[in-house]
Amino acid sequence: MANKIKIRVRVPKTAKKGQLIEIKTLISHNMESGQRKNKKGGKHPRKIVNKFVCKYNGKEVFVSDWHPAISANPYLAFFIRAEESGKLEFSWTDDDGSVYTKTASIQVN
Amino acid sequence: MTKRVIERTLSRRDAIAALGAGVLAVAGARLIIGPAQASPDSAEAFMSKLIGGRATKGGKITLKLPPIAENGNTVPLTVSVDSPMTASNYVKTVHVVADGNPNPEVASFHFTPASGKAQATTRIRMAKTQNIIAVAEMSDGSLYRTARNVKVTIGGCGG
Repeated sequence: MANKIKIRVRVPKTAKKGQLIEIKTLISHNMESGQRKNKKGGKHPRKIVNKFVCKYNGKEVFVSDWHPAISANPYLAFFIRAEESGKLEFSWTDDDGSVYTKTASIQVN
Repeated sequence: MTKRVIERTLSRRDAIAALGAGVLAVAGARLIIGPAQASPDSAEAFMSKLIGGRATKGGKITLKLPPIAENGNTVPLTVSVDSPMTASNYVKTVHVVADGNPNPEVASFHFTPASGKAQATTRIRMAKTQNIIAVAEMSDGSLYRTARNVKVTIGGCGG
């Protein structure tokens, strides 16, 4: 993976207490499946993002395990219930152990 | 007398030939399918391992996929489960498996009461026309299952 990982996250800036908000995330990653053949007749080794975690003020609210069947540049949309103002932390764990993170803040009225 | 002898020889030969052909056929099938190819059976076995072999019911869970996917590299998938998502009654996990990909596993989504709504959208790879199976595990341990068939025009696992 020569390119730098780019992360985009869409979180509403404000929400009413108890409101359901949709969070959309996108991370640039090849998600090398381990199935693609290379010129030498072997296969490109697997290298994917295998775990996504969303924390809301330090508490895990949504976790997802990924396998090679997830497309390149994984997109993920999910919901959380806005209960208090604070920080949303997103992290993606790579097969090689690196963790890519992004944070967003939300104002709950 | 002679006739009987011939018959016996033939039948023994046939038996040996049949045995040989059978062995070859099994070996051939192994070679073609290989260890890295999910089949409906192995997908079921994998799902059953994920949920600990417990019985599933229909309903509550909805899997949204296009009936025909032109590009198997990115097939949009939305899974949602009907649940109030309260502290005492919520969806814990949704497992998604595919029965025609090199590996059956696709993704697992773990929800909490703070999710508010048990729904997740992502994009998946599909090698060929196949079934996608989803099972939701609720906080009380009950399991709900659904499956969708998707026709894939161009496979997306990289040859």
